[in-house]
Amino acid sequence: MLKNEIREILNASKSKGWVMEPDAKNILRLSGIDVPCFTLAASFAEASRFVREHGFPVAAKVVSPNIMHKSDVGGVAVGIDQDDLLLATFERFSRMDGFAGMLVEEMVSGLEMMAGAKVDRQFGPVVLFGMGGTGVELYKDTAIRMAPLAEKDVISMSNCLKAHPLLEGYRGAKPVNRVELTRTFLAFSDLVMDIHEFIESIDLNPLFCSPERCIVGDARIVLKGK
Amino acid sequence: MAVIGVSLQNDQHPANVIFRKNLLRYPVKVFPVNPQGGVLQGETVFKQISAIPEKIDLAVIAARADQVPGILSQCIEAGVGGAVIISGGFSEVGRHDLQEQLVFLAKKDDFPFIGPNCLGIYAPAIVDTFFLPIERMIRPDQGNVAVVSQSGGILVDVMLKFKEEGIGLSLGVSIGNKALIREIDLLRHLENDPATKVIAFYVEGFAEGEGRDFVLAAKACTKPVIMIKSGKSPGGSRAVSSHTASLAGDYEVFSQVMAQMGVVEAKNELELISFCEALSCYQTPIDGNIAIVTCSGGHGAITVDVCAAQGLQVPSLASREQELLRDGISDSIKNIASLGNPIDLTGSGVDEDFIAVASRLVAMPEIDCVLMLLLPYTPGITSDLGARLSSIFQKAGKALIAYVPHVEKYEMMIEGFELNGVPVAHSIEAAVLMAAALKRCKPC
Repeated sequence: MLKNEIREILNASKSKGWVMEPDAKNILRLSGIDVPCFTLAASFAEASRFVREHGFPVAAKVVSPNIMHKSDVGGVAVGIDQDDLLLATFERFSRMDGFAGMLVEEMVSGLEMMAGAKVDRQFGPVVLFGMGGTGVELYKDTAIRMAPLAEKDVISMSNCLKAHPLLEGYRGAKPVNRVELTRTFLAFSDLVMDIHEFIESIDLNPLFCSPERCIVGDARIVLKGK
Repeated sequence: MAVIGVSLQNDQHPANVIFRKNLLRYPVKVFPVNPQGGVLQGETVFKQISAIPEKIDLAVIAARADQVPGILSQCIEAGVGGAVIISGGFSEVGRHDLQEQLVFLAKKDDFPFIGPNCLGIYAPAIVDTFFLPIERMIRPDQGNVAVVSQSGGILVDVMLKFKEEGIGLSLGVSIGNKALIREIDLLRHLENDPATKVIAFYVEGFAEGEGRDFVLAAKACTKPVIMIKSGKSPGGSRAVSSHTASLAGDYEVFSQVMAQMGVVEAKNELELISFCEALSCYQTPIDGNIAIVTCSGGHGAITVDVCAAQGLQVPSLASREQELLRDGISDSIKNIASLGNPIDLTGSGVDEDFIAVASRLVAMPEIDCVLMLLLPYTPGITSDLGARLSSIFQKAGKALIAYVPHVEKYEMMIEGFELNGVPVAHSIEAAVLMAAALKRCKPC
């Protein structure tokens, strides 16, 4: 069932054609998918308040309806661990095209994977799992399944990746949390089925997978064109 | 059957070819139709379908496109069972209106038709609506594989390969513009057709949302479904706004969804033919634990490599099992044969050695398929081996796939296998693909 809060966010984002990161993360949180603790700071004071409550280090990202690919314009800063750096970042972002605030969030870590969804013309909603990061289109290590997913689909997707050994705990590393990985993908699949009429595609990239949890580093929801 | 649109002047007209071949070569009763009437091949030409004194099950329509809606209405009115519309000149040339008219008429009266712009149906020894002179066609024997193709030309080629490889056809259908009857309808029909055990499709693309319905139906289908798709390369450089949209291109989605739903995707013609042949013999899926039996070490080694590339295992046999095999083979090769898997019986192996190894392998639960690489140039092997080996595997209910290199020279051995339900490949790659087909090409 599509929650009203989610529907409202989607409707409000319609004119932009996509859902900006803070809104996208709210949709994910409402769907039971883990996202980092964050705030959308319109001023430096708001950014510092978040840091006082949650502590350093933090990640900061520019929020602008005109900037869909934040990394491409230098709109992402990670590992910010002192006030003057936070201020410098805020000032730099505030000069960017269409600046609507700075997203400040707790730093999260884990294996950089990605989850994606697309409404395919022939097959309808499909879900993708793959190696994440900025090089995804170079490595193309992905598995695709028609949604809704069953638990066995999530297992089969992991097994199909070249990066599968990384998930299992490569060279002494601890394996990622399988229960959380499965839970995350089943929740994501449910969300995709609920909102497929609104969307064109979704990127959750990176999706940090660790022995403890799976948590979404960045999220972008592209809405269906008219 | 009625053939509508025969010509009284041009004997090469498609309708005339269809009429003639069915009149002379098939057990159907066939009536020619042309508004002018007259006589063709000594048979009365009826001026319209309603003038035929018998109930017509199938009307083949090969008239000009603009006349087809009228003819279709007459068929419906005359109580014809269904139609194959050979004529082109519809959606494929932009006349969507004319095609929609056909669909409207047919749906209104629940009247089934195939086409337009197609070759129609080919059922060996039953009926043939292809407008290709019969002497020009390579015709496969009656069998259990049905092929449904969006392209008539591809279907004719697949039939040729079926004949070459000894694969039997239950029904070939060229669906052309698939205005009314589409892949999913034929999937449902063929699932209930007792003569069909395997259903293969050549698809160019599905309409919006149609792929989803098709794969769900294919997943529920109790018979193996094979799919080959053209148009795999992305059409032009579309701007994509997300990583997912770029990574999950049309073909990537198609291919992975097929595997997810248990549809066996053939990537090329060799795969298509190999998969059809293997699945026509064995419909029970295997896990993919292969034993390789050969009389050449090199063949064994190459086959192991190809198996690995196809995701098939070639498990080493334990020493207890190797001893079991050694007990059965001739004294002369006991010390030179390799029995660890691949099993190399050497150029000195004779029929009885292959039989002994085969009858022990079928009893080993860790092996679910045996690839027999037979090189009949070694002096100890005779043509009888084909039938003898087949019977061992048949009794045990285990899958055997044979590789025999030269078709003409070793025809009798090949027939010994094929006539006893064992698929024969003529390359190592094809033999391994057959085993991969039995594993149903699962995603991982």
